[in-house]
Amino acid sequence: MATLRGGEAGRQSRRARIDSAPGARGAWGVRLAPPMSIRSRREAPLAAVVILAALVLVAIFADLLAPHDPTLPVPGANVFDPPFWMEGGSTAAPLGTDFQARDILSRLIYGTRVSLIVGLMGTLVAGAIGTLMGILSGYIGGWVDQVIMRVTDAWLALPAIVFAIFLAAMIGPSMWNIIVILGAVYWTRYARVIRGEVLTLREREFVKLAEIAGASKLRIIKRHILPNVANTAMVLASLTVGVVIIAEASLSFLGVGVPPPQPAWGLMLSEARPTLLAGQWWLTVFPGVCILLIVLATQLFGDWLRVKLDPQQRNL
Amino acid sequence: MSFALRAGETLGLVGESGSGKTTTCMSIVGLLPRAARIVGGSVLFEGEELTTKSQRELRAIRGRRIAMILQDPMASLNPLFTIFRQVAEPAFFHQRLRGRSLRSRVQHLLKAVRIPSPEWRMREYPHQMSGGMRQRIVGAIALAGGPSLVIADEPTTNLDVTIQAQYLDLLKDIQRETGVALIFVTHNLGIVAKMCDRVAVMYAGKIVEQAPVRELFDDPKHPYTRALLGSVPKLGNKDPLYAIPGQPPNLASLPSGCAFHPRCPEALPRCADEEPIDFHPGAGHAARCWRLDEHAAASHGRSHS
Amino acid sequence: MADRILEVRGLKKRFPARAGLFGRPRGWVKAVDGVDFAIHAGETLGLIGESGCGKTTTSKLILLQEPPTEGSIMFQGRDITGLAGAALMAYRRAVQVVFQDPFSSLSPRMRVEDIIAEPLEIHTDLERAAIRQRVAAVLELVGLPSDVAPLFPHEFSGGQRQRVAIARALATDTKLIVLDEPVSALDVSVRAQIINQLEHLQRTLGVSYLFIGHDLATVAHISHRIAVMYLGKIVEHADSDALCARPMHPYTKALFEAALPSHPDDRHAATAVAGEVPSAMNVPSGCRFHPRCPATMPICSQVEPVLQPRDGGGEVACHLY
Repeated sequence: MATLRGGEAGRQSRRARIDSAPGARGAWGVRLAPPMSIRSRREAPLAAVVILAALVLVAIFADLLAPHDPTLPVPGANVFDPPFWMEGGSTAAPLGTDFQARDILSRLIYGTRVSLIVGLMGTLVAGAIGTLMGILSGYIGGWVDQVIMRVTDAWLALPAIVFAIFLAAMIGPSMWNIIVILGAVYWTRYARVIRGEVLTLREREFVKLAEIAGASKLRIIKRHILPNVANTAMVLASLTVGVVIIAEASLSFLGVGVPPPQPAWGLMLSEARPTLLAGQWWLTVFPGVCILLIVLATQLFGDWLRVKLDPQQRNL
Repeated sequence: MSFALRAGETLGLVGESGSGKTTTCMSIVGLLPRAARIVGGSVLFEGEELTTKSQRELRAIRGRRIAMILQDPMASLNPLFTIFRQVAEPAFFHQRLRGRSLRSRVQHLLKAVRIPSPEWRMREYPHQMSGGMRQRIVGAIALAGGPSLVIADEPTTNLDVTIQAQYLDLLKDIQRETGVALIFVTHNLGIVAKMCDRVAVMYAGKIVEQAPVRELFDDPKHPYTRALLGSVPKLGNKDPLYAIPGQPPNLASLPSGCAFHPRCPEALPRCADEEPIDFHPGAGHAARCWRLDEHAAASHGRSHS
Repeated sequence: MADRILEVRGLKKRFPARAGLFGRPRGWVKAVDGVDFAIHAGETLGLIGESGCGKTTTSKLILLQEPPTEGSIMFQGRDITGLAGAALMAYRRAVQVVFQDPFSSLSPRMRVEDIIAEPLEIHTDLERAAIRQRVAAVLELVGLPSDVAPLFPHEFSGGQRQRVAIARALATDTKLIVLDEPVSALDVSVRAQIINQLEHLQRTLGVSYLFIGHDLATVAHISHRIAVMYLGKIVEHADSDALCARPMHPYTKALFEAALPSHPDDRHAATAVAGEVPSAMNVPSGCRFHPRCPATMPICSQVEPVLQPRDGGGEVACHLY
């Protein structure tokens, strides 16, 4: 009787099976040692997870962590106080104060909320719309495909930020409006890529098998197409999160993002523009570093997630 | 593992996926991937030891004195170059032919592999030809350097049945004419029956049985060989097939003792503990099975224990 | 006489080849050009032929993946071409397929129990518990332990995956399974397992098979009757034993000659058929096989032969007879 192996032995023997499938791995059939980089990727990227977890916690517990109210001047401090380790700084405002004597650290902490919420939710909205459109376009084809593709063509022809500014100017900026706007601007990237995946998937044998079995289109989309594009969607999401966060920062920078006095990192950069050459470096460096950190962390995390989610990819 | 081959002879290397047959061939010509190494033994080619040669020396041998034919002709042929260029390449580099002598050599080779109208075929590209023809071109390239040994790794797997028959007949004719030795790697016992003089059956990286072809089919000594022969459908015979239970083993986690023992219908307790050595039940016939030791012991009246 | 599960008459399928200017096709690929056959309950019909013969297209037509250009396909006495709605679903419930490649025919992100349960979910409104029971029963039928149900396809070997595919094909009360080269991608030692399993299932459940293959020995072993296709037409068909004992059509003979021997003493001389299969766009006049036929006569290039009865309850289309 056919025996079945489980667990680790199963994975090992599976590897051999994948390699030893006749003709499946080219003419050589030789088992290669997996390259180092893939082996080491099996552990979560510690730095990314720590950073992201820290940022999430900071955002949640902003009220407890921030030493001061971010919208009010720090009592007893001057404008443009430097960070505490420099001449003239004090631990009351550890990272310095801005042009209204508001505490930079507190503003950074509260700004985490905006970046995370807008960044993640915006990506979610973009991803949901884009994936849906991509699947419909790829699987149903025909005029649905044509219409959606032409719309994405038109969308993509517009520079994203400009488009976002336009929309923001039209419907007025607020946190939720910005989320919707960013979602509306960035879904097209998803749609194209997902559509490509779906086109390939549609021809795969297991989809044909489901069609022959009489499955309805909806069922096939739900059970066969969606789970198999989920991977690509998540990788795309991890890439887009960075873009969306930067887009939000750009919008804030240009003054059409989340309206003041709610602190946002991009807004902080914008406000610090006049001081760039005047020597008050702490006003630009700290928000910039924060943006850098969050984008880096999401990228690393997303990449790890992709490899972890696709068990077959792990062995390639 | 050990085997030997004479000029003009065809050796069949039989095994399923994961048996190590391709690795064996690659190690003969020194084409192992970076992660693999030859850890022992020797490869004597026309009296020369190949394992100690440098890659440079091996490159001079590959294509010229030892040639390979692989499974997928589309992978072996470069889609960007004409047939002429690809067939001419070994002759160009190894035998330093040029100009008219090169052209006539290419035409001669294409005729030898029975490509019709070689003069204008050689200006075509691989994608313009059918699968069977492409495989013949690969054969022509293999022969271009004038090798004394050709290693063919499942060359007919992707071909239609009648094309396969034509191709195999072609190989036999070429062998007769040029005296080239042939190593035929396959999982198909039918090809072995048709083409080979000697057969080596591989399982889990070892040769479990080696014999002249008739002896292998008439009197197989190793249970794996017997099982393989019993599991192949034969024309005109509707008896139930013998199905070997289980799957071929993973080379990274081999069973203890004899690698075949978990699937072997004739396994002895000893088979799980010790790896069997080669026994020689006949001239030129070797098999690794403890059962043969029983017979030897029984027939010699337990003269050794 | 067992009743006919499937009966195909005059089946034709052509594809437009290369759209010319203004999208009008410049020629037609006659993939299937007038094919008749029948499969009875509990029997296996083997369909054999080389690339371009139309066997894959025939299977697509039977599975209603493509509509036929002409001809009828009768399932249990009813024409299934042009079916829709409930009638179509009833057909899909009774006719399933097993593909060649076990590595791509199972949905990689679904558990085996869901894969097998899918036809049941589509066609019946059994509850989860009943479905799970049926899945377990079907797994046992194909020789797999029922506790493998929650696993994913990539945790199985090729042979085991084919068993899962067969289990899925049997989940609903299937009457006919189209098997498209089901063992060609498997290791030699595993093929016999699957072939034996299929035969066992046929004996126990009475399901019919359309077995498409290119290896004569395998097809002859498992089939009760064999049909030989060449360039879109059936050139000969008969009982498996009769065909093997006496192949009549020159192409059938060529296939037998080209078949690999099972013993070194069976080596035969060079095969008699030359050349390669011509393109289905430029089908030769008269008998399609005449350019390559060793026994060709003048009439062969002019008149297309029709199927005439032969021994073994079959027919052969050749002017020699």
